[in-house]
Amino acid sequence: MMKRILLALAGVLLLCAVPSGLRAQTLQDILQEDPELVTDASRRTVGEVLERLVESELPNVPEFLSVWQDRELYFRESDGLFYYVEDPDADELTLIDIDTGEVAGTSGSREIDQLRPNRGVQTVIGSALVQFQLNADEPRVRRTALRAIDRDPEEEHLPLIRELLETEEDEDVRNAASALLTKLTIAFADSDEARVAAIDTLRGNISIEARAVLNPLLATRTEVAETMPEDANIARELEPGSDDLPLADAYEMLVAAELAPPLITDEERLDTLEANIVDGRVGGIPLAQLNTEAARERAYDALIASGAAEAGSTEAEIAEIVAGYAFYEEYRESSVAVTDAAESALASIEGSVALYNFLDLSLDALSLASIYFLAAIGLAITFGVMGVINMAHGEFIMLGAYTGFVVQSIVPNDTASIAIAIPLAFAVTFVAGVAMERLVIRWLYHRPLETLLATFGISIAIQQIVRQIFGTLSRPLSPPDWLAGSVEFNDVVSISSIRIAIFLLGVIFFVALWLILNKTRLGLEVRAVTQNPAMASAMGINPDRINMLTFGLGSGIAGVAGVAIGLFAQVVPDLGSNYIVQSFMTVVVGGVGNIFGTLAGAALIGFLQKGIEWMNPSNTLAAQTYMILFVILFIQFRPRGIIALRGRAAGD
Amino acid sequence: MRAMKTVPYFLAVLFAVVLGVTILSQAYGTGGISVSFTKVLGMTLCLCLAALAMDLVWGYCGILSLGHFAFFGLGGYMVGMWLMTARTEAVVRANMANNVIPPTEAEISQGTALQIFSVVGAEDWPWMWAVSDSLFLSLLLVVLIPGLLALVFGWLAFRSRVTGVYLSILTQAMTLALSLYLFQNDTGLRGNNGLSGLQNIPGVSAGQSYLSIWFFWASALALALGYVGSAWVVSGKFGNVVRGIRDDEQRVRFLGYSVEGYKLFVFVLSAVICGIAGALFYPQAGIINPDEIAPIASIYLAVWVAIGGRGRLYGAVIGAALVSLLSTYFTGGRAPDVNLGIFTIQWIDWWPVLLGLGFVLITLFAPNGIAGLFDKLVRK
Repeated sequence: MMKRILLALAGVLLLCAVPSGLRAQTLQDILQEDPELVTDASRRTVGEVLERLVESELPNVPEFLSVWQDRELYFRESDGLFYYVEDPDADELTLIDIDTGEVAGTSGSREIDQLRPNRGVQTVIGSALVQFQLNADEPRVRRTALRAIDRDPEEEHLPLIRELLETEEDEDVRNAASALLTKLTIAFADSDEARVAAIDTLRGNISIEARAVLNPLLATRTEVAETMPEDANIARELEPGSDDLPLADAYEMLVAAELAPPLITDEERLDTLEANIVDGRVGGIPLAQLNTEAARERAYDALIASGAAEAGSTEAEIAEIVAGYAFYEEYRESSVAVTDAAESALASIEGSVALYNFLDLSLDALSLASIYFLAAIGLAITFGVMGVINMAHGEFIMLGAYTGFVVQSIVPNDTASIAIAIPLAFAVTFVAGVAMERLVIRWLYHRPLETLLATFGISIAIQQIVRQIFGTLSRPLSPPDWLAGSVEFNDVVSISSIRIAIFLLGVIFFVALWLILNKTRLGLEVRAVTQNPAMASAMGINPDRINMLTFGLGSGIAGVAGVAIGLFAQVVPDLGSNYIVQSFMTVVVGGVGNIFGTLAGAALIGFLQKGIEWMNPSNTLAAQTYMILFVILFIQFRPRGIIALRGRAAGD
Repeated sequence: MRAMKTVPYFLAVLFAVVLGVTILSQAYGTGGISVSFTKVLGMTLCLCLAALAMDLVWGYCGILSLGHFAFFGLGGYMVGMWLMTARTEAVVRANMANNVIPPTEAEISQGTALQIFSVVGAEDWPWMWAVSDSLFLSLLLVVLIPGLLALVFGWLAFRSRVTGVYLSILTQAMTLALSLYLFQNDTGLRGNNGLSGLQNIPGVSAGQSYLSIWFFWASALALALGYVGSAWVVSGKFGNVVRGIRDDEQRVRFLGYSVEGYKLFVFVLSAVICGIAGALFYPQAGIINPDEIAPIASIYLAVWVAIGGRGRLYGAVIGAALVSLLSTYFTGGRAPDVNLGIFTIQWIDWWPVLLGLGFVLITLFAPNGIAGLFDKLVRK
C-alpha cells in the first residue's frame, strides 16, 4: 500500500517537474542566456547556442533557425530582445514576438539591428536545421530535407544521413537516404576503400542519377608536358591532330604554357605584310608577286630580319613543334582506385543501358513496322492479291484521316469520335474503292501498267479536291486522353501509348484479314478468282462481284489505317504520297500474294530503318536512303520477296 | 522502219518552230516572245527529249521506269556544279581583286568554297566537286554519271529478271533514295538548298535575252539529234529485237538473244539522253534542288508518254510538249476563270483535277494516246 502511494507521488512529481521545467524556458530565454552568441555569431562560437536550442526541444526552433539563416532576425538594443519582423522593407517595422508569434509593437528601422550571420555561420545553422528536419516526425519533412541535401551536399551531412538510416522506417525516405548516402560517401568519404565500396554499389544501376554521380568522378582536364608524368592519374594520351585534339588547339596549349612562341596565323601575317608596304614592295618583293605562299614567306622573313615583324611559328610549322610534347587528359580526381572503380562501374552501367537501349530500339522498330504494316496492308490485298497497282492507295489513307478529322469536329468527345471515325472511314473508302473499281479499274485488269497511270491520275485529282475543301494547312486529329501518355518501364525504355494502340490495331487487322481470306466463303472465292477467273466463274462465282468486294475491302482498310496514322502524323492533303512508295516496297519485299509476306516485309523494313538510324542517330534521311538501297539490293537476290508463293498460286 | 520515216517530218516541224521562235525572239527578232517564255519553250524541248528517252525504254522495250527523272536531275547537278563553281569563283576573284596584296590561288579556292557551302554550314570542298572547275570534265560527267547509275542499277535488276511492276517500283525506290540522299545537308550538294544561280553562264557577257535563245537552239539541236538517234536505234534489226522483248521477253530469250544485254543498252542509252536533257534544262530553270527528282516527277514523265502515245517517238514529244505547256498556261495564272454563275472555276485550283481525270480518260479510251488517234486519221 505504502509502495503504491509512493509511486503515485513520484509520478505526480515527475509529471509536474519535467514539463514545468521545459515550459519555463522559451526561445527568448535561451537566447538571453548569452545574446552575444547570436548577435556576434562566428563559425566557432555559434555551436554553443545551437546546442542549447537543440537540447531545449522547443517546437519553434526550426522556424527560428531558418529565419536566422535567412538573415531576417532582428535585435533591439534598447530592450535586448530578439524579434521577427513582418515586412522588412516597410519604413515602420512591425515587430513579432519570436515565441508567441504575436505583434509586439512597432519600431523605426534605425532603432533595431538586422542580424546578418556570415556565410560560415549560415552553413552551420543550415546543417543544424537539416538535423531538425531529419528528426521530424513527418516522413514528408524528412524527405524534403534529403532533397535539400541532395541539391547542395556538404561533408557534414554524411554522419547525419548515416544516423537517419539506422532508425528510419519509412520505405521512401529510406530509399532516398541510402541513395544519398552512396552519393555523399563517394564525394566526401575519407578513405578510398569506402568510396570504392560505394561506387561498386552503383554497378548496373541504370538510373540517370547513378550516372550523374559517377560521371563527375571521371571529369578530366587536358594537360601538356615535355614527357608523360609518372605520378599523375592519367586518363589517356592524346594524339595532336586527331579529332579529340586538333593541331591548332594543341599548339594553343603550348603557347599558353609558354612552351612555344605565339602562332602567327596566315591572316595576321597578311595584315603585317599589308602594314609594311613601302613603295609598292613588301620586304623588297613587289606586291604583284605576293600571290604565292613562298613569296609571302620570303617577304615576311625579310620583315623579321629588318625588325618590322615579330618572329613566330607559322601554321605550317606548328605540327613539328607540337610533336615534341606529350598531351594527355588527367583526371581531376587524384585517386587511381576511385577512377578505376568509377570507370568499371560506368562500363557495367553502360552495358545494361545498351541492353535496355536495344530493347527500346526494338520497341521503336516494332511500332514503325506496325505503321508500315498498317499503311501497306490494304495494298497487300489490292496489289498483292488482285495485282492492281493502285497509286491512289495513299489517297485512301488520306481520306480516312480526313474522315477522322470531320467526325472529330462534329463529335467533341475524343473517344467517341474515334470509335465513330473508324467504321465511318472504312465505309467512305470502301465506297470510293468500289466506285473506282467499277468505273476505271475493271477495264484495265489485263493492262496492269496502265492501271498505274489511271490510278495516278485519280490520286492527283483526289488530292487536289481535298486541298480545295480542307485547305493545305495541317488539320489536327487529337487522340483520346487515355492514349496521350506513354508507358515507361525504366529510365531508358519507354513507349508512347498511341504506338501500342497502333501495334494492337495492326495485330487485329492481320488476324481479321487472315480469317477473312482463309476461313470464309468470301475469302475462298477471292482466292479462286485471283488464281483463275475463268475457272472460278465456271464454278458459279461472279468474278465481277468478287473483284469489286475485294478492292473495296482493301480500300476500306486503307481508310481505317488513315485514322490511325492521322493520330500521330500531320493530316495534310499529301499525307498519302508520303506512304505510297514505302507501302509498295513493303508489299514487294515481303512477297506478293499473302498477308504474311506483308507482315514480314513491314517487320524487315521497320527494324532495318531503326537499326540504321541507331548507327547514325542524327540522320533519319540517311537511314531511309540506306534502307531503300538495301531493299533494292534485296530484291536482286529474292525477286519474289521474303515469302514467295510457289506452285499454281504464284501464277505468272 | 516506221520510226525512220517520221524523221524528216519531225525535223521539218522542229525547224519551223525554231525559226518561228527566233523570229519572235527579243534577241534576234521582233521581240514578240518574252525572255521568260523563251526559256519555258527551251525547257519544254528538254522535257520532250526526256520523254523521248522514256519512250525508248517503255514504249519500245517495255520497261516502265518510274525513276528516269533521277538521271535527268543528275545531269542537271553535274553541269550545275561547274556553273556554280565557275560563277562563284568569278565573283570571289572580283571581290579579292581590290585586296592590297593579291590573293593566292588557295585563298580563292577557299573563298569560293566558303561562299558555296556556308549555307549548309561547311567550308571545304566535298569530294564530289573534285572536277567542278573543269567544264570539259563536268560535261563528261553529265553523260557518265547517269549512264553509270543506269548501268549498275539495270545490270542488277535485269540480271535477276526483275520485270514489270516490280521493276517500276524498284526504279521508283531508286529515285526516292537519291532524292533523300541529296536532301541531306552533309552529302555535298547543298541539301535542300540545291544549286542556284545557274542561269548565269560564266565568261559570257551577253544578256539573258541572248542566253535564252541560245539555250533554246541548243535544246532544239539536242532534241533533233536525240530523235534521229532514237529513230535509228529502234529501226532495223536491233529495233525489231527490242520490240520483240517488249512483246514477249521469254520468246526472244529462247531465240538465243541476250535479252539482258539489249535491255541494259536501251536503259543506259535512255538514261544518258535524260542526263543531257537535264543538263540543258537546269541552266534555263536557274535552280535545281532534290525536290526535282522526287518520284512524282518521274511518274509525270511516264504519263506524258502515255498521253502522247507509247511506241511512237513523236507521240512522246507531243505528249510532253502538250501537257507541260498546258500546265504552264493553266497554273501560270493567266488563264481566264470560267464563271458558271453560281461557281467560278479557277484554273490554278482545278487544273490538277482536270489533268488527273484526263489521264484516266486517255488510258480508258485512247490507250495509244494522241499519236494513236493521229495514226488512225492518217491510215484512213
